[in-house]
Amino acid sequence: MSNPLLEVRDLRVEFPTRRGTLTAVDGVSFAIAPGEVLGVVGESGAGKSLTGAAIIGLLEPPGRIAAGEIRLDGMRIDNLPHEAMRRIRGRRIGAIFQDPLTSLDPLYSIGRQLVETIRTHLDMGDAAARRRAIELLGEVGIPAAGQRIDQYPHQFSGGMRQRVVIALAIAAQPQLIIADEPTTALDVSIQAQIIALLKRLCRDHGTAVMLVTHDMGVIAETADRVAVMYAGRIAEIGPVAGVIRAPRHPYTIGLMGSIPSLVGEREHLLQIDGTMPRLNAIPTGCAFHPRCERVFDRCQRERPDLLDAGASRAACWLYASGSRKEGA
Amino acid sequence: MTAFVIRRLLQAIVVMLVVAFVAFSLFQYVGDPVQLMMGQFATPADRIRLTHELGLDQPFYVQFFHFVVNALHGQFGVSLRIGKPVSVLLAQRLPATLELSICAALLALAVGIPAGVYAGLRPNSWLARTAMSGSLVGVSLPTFLIGILLILVFAVKLGWLPAFGRGDVVHLGGWSTGLLTRTGLESLIMPTITLGLFQLTLIMRLVRSEMLEVLRADYIKFARARGLSDRAVNFGHALRNTLVPVITITGLQLGSIIAFSIITEQVFQWPGMGLLFVQAVSYADIPVMAAYLCLIALVFVVINLIVDLLYFVVDPRLRVDRPGAAGR
Amino acid sequence: MAGRLADALRDSWDSDLAWSFRHSPYAMVAAIVFAACVGTAVLAPWVAPHNPFDLAQLDLSNSLKPPMWIAGGDPSYPLGTDDQGRDILSTIFFGARISLEVGIAAVLFSMGLGVALGLLAGYVGGKTDAFIMRVADVQLSFPAILIALLIDGVARAVFPGAHDSMAFWVLVLSIGVSGWVQYARTVRGSTMVEKNKEYVQAARLFGIHPLAIMARHVLPNVLGPVLVIATIHIATAIITEATLSFLGVGVPATEPSLGTLIRIGNDFMFSGEWWVTLFPGLALVIMVLAINLLGDWLRDALNPRLR
Repeated sequence: MSNPLLEVRDLRVEFPTRRGTLTAVDGVSFAIAPGEVLGVVGESGAGKSLTGAAIIGLLEPPGRIAAGEIRLDGMRIDNLPHEAMRRIRGRRIGAIFQDPLTSLDPLYSIGRQLVETIRTHLDMGDAAARRRAIELLGEVGIPAAGQRIDQYPHQFSGGMRQRVVIALAIAAQPQLIIADEPTTALDVSIQAQIIALLKRLCRDHGTAVMLVTHDMGVIAETADRVAVMYAGRIAEIGPVAGVIRAPRHPYTIGLMGSIPSLVGEREHLLQIDGTMPRLNAIPTGCAFHPRCERVFDRCQRERPDLLDAGASRAACWLYASGSRKEGA
Repeated sequence: MTAFVIRRLLQAIVVMLVVAFVAFSLFQYVGDPVQLMMGQFATPADRIRLTHELGLDQPFYVQFFHFVVNALHGQFGVSLRIGKPVSVLLAQRLPATLELSICAALLALAVGIPAGVYAGLRPNSWLARTAMSGSLVGVSLPTFLIGILLILVFAVKLGWLPAFGRGDVVHLGGWSTGLLTRTGLESLIMPTITLGLFQLTLIMRLVRSEMLEVLRADYIKFARARGLSDRAVNFGHALRNTLVPVITITGLQLGSIIAFSIITEQVFQWPGMGLLFVQAVSYADIPVMAAYLCLIALVFVVINLIVDLLYFVVDPRLRVDRPGAAGR
Repeated sequence: MAGRLADALRDSWDSDLAWSFRHSPYAMVAAIVFAACVGTAVLAPWVAPHNPFDLAQLDLSNSLKPPMWIAGGDPSYPLGTDDQGRDILSTIFFGARISLEVGIAAVLFSMGLGVALGLLAGYVGGKTDAFIMRVADVQLSFPAILIALLIDGVARAVFPGAHDSMAFWVLVLSIGVSGWVQYARTVRGSTMVEKNKEYVQAARLFGIHPLAIMARHVLPNVLGPVLVIATIHIATAIITEATLSFLGVGVPATEPSLGTLIRIGNDFMFSGEWWVTLFPGLALVIMVLAINLLGDWLRDALNPRLR
């Protein structure tokens, strides 16, 4: 990890509203190495999608990056002019969104959308771009790509459309793909295929992926490392095997406990009481403390930074050197 | 596609029959048509003869059938007020109304669509805000008042433009046009603005709100994520998707321009069909009302058909005949 | 019923709406202007400087006086007089009263008709629904003014001679019938959502007619949209009334609305007496603009996504 591809440091995303500013992402730092798959997991509203949107510079106003840095290959990209950032999107950072049914423009054939994307980023003529588009469609597993290229999005099934979306995302061979819940809207049987496809493509092309999802199963299968987000902050980050087998942060422990397939040895499912706080009512100290079984007085007063906790790093006072106690 | 067109044609015929039935009911049951046609001095023998001639002693459906057949031949009887055949009166008035309506429609489209696109793309710019505030004033200004104000300023105070009439017209076969003479063109300016302004503001507001709606769509977000240029996103994708609903409403608006010309024609004493219709309403001249109603309905139905066909050009989703896939 | 509606009103008048109102200068100005219009219209007999319909007060020697700030003007007729010596300002007050009466009555009529048909279409479904919505489609493709004109013309033919005395109700009917579609569509949509909910089924068990209970539950849900439609519709109805009156098929000249006043004044424009038509016209625009601004604000405030 000496030369990370993407480095996010102390990222803070704010939404000014008429009742004060909401901080949706607060001091998030992480890095992704070339070719690495980082899973970002958390409940909806934890700030994972917004982190992704901030990286590709597509936060919807009035949302804005209030503090922090985002570096791609060492170059800051969070404060780039509009046009320069546009050239990075699609070319160096690709994106895949949740709903394949609505991600494609219904009025254009998929071939036209592919050619458009390819020619925006690569110096290619129409015919060459079309050949490349057919190749791409074949690569994402669309049968009879040569014929289907002139069809319109509504003529494809949901799974096929997500394959087209993936083809569009990798069209200009980006170094990083931000995949925001790429399988959530799909049937379970198709989810696995899409994940397998994504994995294969990234391995073949050495593309790094930031995989945003709330599905711990997908993470376990795909990611090299995982970041667990809670209320706009990273609660725990580390190698996926470590986090799943020996979670450190009480929130992660609860999260693992609520996934039956990963905890075969446990007798009953753990459940975390309560719900994640709303952005306008984040508790002082550790945001998780009102729901935490192992809360103590320091948690209510001070907010923990990420601390070394075995294989991973966890934002929890249990792992402060002074008050270190045995984890679960 | 053929099935779709045939279905629409059938619907159009049903609408026309319904309107014809309303017109027929007006004609037959409102007041006593025999008395209306013969005046109060007819002898009983005359009355019986006319009743027979009009077919009023025949069963209802036969009468309706005759009415439809006559209407198809353009025969709507004789105006009670003027004493000439309605078809002749309408044919004389048609060119004036059509020239005015087409000019107004062109004005509304040529200014309304670009203004709406601009206001949708830059909703917070001062120009867009001014245009939006201005359009609200435009919506609040009754058509006739716009005409009166224009006459007050440009005809009465400044004396630049004629206040009423069509100016000199040139007869080309059965068509009289004011487009070929200087006075004809001058006379056209104020009525065109009067008639077009309201539609212009409506079209502008419609395009703006559709544009704002489309710009929030996932495929626009994804198009940005693909790194397409602003131009390609805004005009290639957003505008084209905006056009789908805009075509419908604009089509309907164009139809209502012809109907709204009633008011403009009254203000400027423009010798078109609308003026004829208003006079018919205040004199309860049923044949003229019935004929005008059928003619306007025909215009609407034709415009609707054209709009439906335009969909095929714009929206690929309709090009494939799929059962149960009607509508958007 | 009243309790539910009051609850719903209080809910929709929650802090968001009030906040938005306090922070929208347009809405506040529009509300003040509209209140002033309604105030002067309701109180016209008391606040108008003259009674333009009292023939005893009319004096032809006062006819066609210009506004007071122009040479020849008379301070007791601030906006001048018309050809019969009537004070323009006073006729505007009385005219606005008639315009508002017609507008509001027509909107109430439309709303009642639209809500009832919408509930019926949404609840009964099937052929009834198809028929009602088909009529709505056809009607919607014709401009309201044309439909109002037709109804007016038919009324003239059916009741020859009696027209002037019934003009008010004919207007309300024709404008009202021409505007019900939007209400019906909104209510129908909401009704179809509610129709299959459990409480509706439960109501049957208690022997309450499902339509009654639906009305009680659906109406509060659609209150916001219906309110927006109605507000903007009042503006449209007033314009339609003015237009009909301008075309000479609205309220008679003996009891002029703003539209009638504009039509009367139109005849004097070419002889230089512009004030007879301009001031009623301005009054009409200001009133309609205020209502439209309120409606616009209300729509945005109740539907923040559109901003």
